[in-house]
Amino acid sequence: MTSAAIRELSGRGIPLPGDDIDTDRIIPGRFLRSVTFDGLEAHVFEDDRHQNLDHPFNQEKYQGASLLIVGRNFGCGSSREHAPQALMRWGIRGIIGESFAEIFFANCTAIGVPCVTVSAEDARWLQETVAARPELELRLSLEMMTVRAGDRTIAAQMPEGARQQLLEGTWNSTFVLLEAGEAIEHTAARLPYLVGF
Amino acid sequence: MAETLLEKVWRLHTVRELPSGQTQLFIGLHLIHEVTSPQAFSMLRELGLKVRFPNRTFATIDHIVPTDSRTRPFADELAEQMTVALVRNCQDFGITLFDLGSGWQGIVHVIGPELGLTQPGMTIACGDSHTSTHGAFGALAFGIGTSQVRDVLATQCLAMSKPKLRRIIVEGTLPRGVYAKDVVLAIIRRLGVKGGVGYAYEYAGSAIEAMTMEERMTLCNMTIEGGARIGYVNPDRTTFEYMRGRPFAPHGEAFERATRWWQQIASDPGARYDDEVHFEASTLSPMVTWGINPGQSVGVTEPIPHPEDVPEAERAAYWEALEFMSFKPGQLMLGTPIDVAFIGSCTNSRLSDLRVAAEVVRGRTVARGVRALVVPGSEAVARAAEAEGLHEIFQEAGFEWRNPGCSMCLGMNPDRLRGRQICASSSNRNFKGRQGSPTGRTLLMSPAMVAAAAIAGEIVDVREMLP
Repeated sequence: MTSAAIRELSGRGIPLPGDDIDTDRIIPGRFLRSVTFDGLEAHVFEDDRHQNLDHPFNQEKYQGASLLIVGRNFGCGSSREHAPQALMRWGIRGIIGESFAEIFFANCTAIGVPCVTVSAEDARWLQETVAARPELELRLSLEMMTVRAGDRTIAAQMPEGARQQLLEGTWNSTFVLLEAGEAIEHTAARLPYLVGF
Repeated sequence: MAETLLEKVWRLHTVRELPSGQTQLFIGLHLIHEVTSPQAFSMLRELGLKVRFPNRTFATIDHIVPTDSRTRPFADELAEQMTVALVRNCQDFGITLFDLGSGWQGIVHVIGPELGLTQPGMTIACGDSHTSTHGAFGALAFGIGTSQVRDVLATQCLAMSKPKLRRIIVEGTLPRGVYAKDVVLAIIRRLGVKGGVGYAYEYAGSAIEAMTMEERMTLCNMTIEGGARIGYVNPDRTTFEYMRGRPFAPHGEAFERATRWWQQIASDPGARYDDEVHFEASTLSPMVTWGINPGQSVGVTEPIPHPEDVPEAERAAYWEALEFMSFKPGQLMLGTPIDVAFIGSCTNSRLSDLRVAAEVVRGRTVARGVRALVVPGSEAVARAAEAEGLHEIFQEAGFEWRNPGCSMCLGMNPDRLRGRQICASSSNRNFKGRQGSPTGRTLLMSPAMVAAAAIAGEIVDVREMLP
């Protein structure tokens, strides 16, 4: 089984201002009491949305958006894949931000949701632009490593390993890892702690 | 050439370089629990795959388990379903489960070390961000998500990029009343909650070398709160002595051979690091968080900083935190009234944590109106604490003595804050809503400081309560 190559994403944006937004906020712990990821989209940012009725995920004008624009250290905290799953099931296909927490970034890559970074100024500009023009179509290119918004093109970055996985369509890594075959057992056989030291 | 532990262990576990440029890394120990594994087993079934190394995955139940009555079925149907699923998945795929009442159930990051499953020189993964805890043994241990749990089950490998390495050197002697928890809170305060992104942390220096294994676990546990996925301490005599006699540790001559190997995998003198930072232990004091991330802390006698005094990029986050917590710039945390005191979590629920807290509590009484809980990290910790009579010290003072689990750290089980309650907590995250009430407030601190706050009914300086 292979996963689809992801070269370019286009769609409307949804701005989410604020830094250090943790995965407990993206999906509060009580919604993790389940053996599936089904229905998580209904609870994305549940508590933040109750405390702030103007939360972007509450606003009509951002419904149907697919590119989330965030600030610094987005997705910090818990390793729960429920956070990117909830966002993806809500409709988010890619995330553009100033920086991402590492486990969140890896979880997004593993389900084919690219996270790219842009400068703080560009992140702020994108958030303001989308807030003013929610109908604007954004284009995120992983080949060019750019974000296009109207007539402006912004440079984006992403660690090369993850970028290649997305471009090659190997972000669902199970089968790539299986291709190593017996080399896995050979590695195990040279580990002192697996062979009685 | 002189090498670091990171380089040695990474190379030893490298299966191959992947076309993406990442490393296919063999995972020596995989730990699972009921929250982040069921979907991974479902994916495995859909793909028609087996678990590649069933004897290298171990399971327990911790996040959703009630800590008062453990009578099955659980009152929470969802928690019951998750427990049933874990038991079935372990049976179907041949995985050892340390179930409730087995004598070894507990928080996954408490039981791995106490069983001797966690060993120096391993790569260790678990679907939980606090897997960094196991780095205390000189292992490369990190949290993963559910799709990666699937990868480990199916292949015993992960696609990873090697992080850079920062050496954090803590020299000197910790003052009385200052603990590993305070050290790590001070580190995160200075380096920031994202300071570690892209790095692994190697903790070194005389203050770290003097720490017990349980203290090192507390330190490594919160590495992820500083943004680094991996944090470790080089294995030494303290490590080896801890390992001796543990159920899954090598025994007899194998132990001697293991010790020699463990010594070799420690970082060599003269190895190169991408960055180095220094802390002086004697200048540290008991820490308390005032905000909504673990970097927002102060020494207990210091005022909360004014947002105008911090870099402009952080100002908005400071105001947001102050507003959520209902605190003011310049305010002292000392004297802040609390509603709940929680001693537990993978950060601070081990025997030494309970001993320190009991020392503060002994012969005193929990303040009126404060709900106080002690939740031992595992059945083994509970057994050892009860053998010493610690449970009686807590109960006589008015604490509830609970069964092992993650409890009030994370709002996935019945132990939760209510409304705007303020909790003095020995856990690891003060995020908005983390303890189960969307508007609840968490103050992170050492178990000794939590015990002191429970007695006083407000934040106090534990140094004034120690004998």
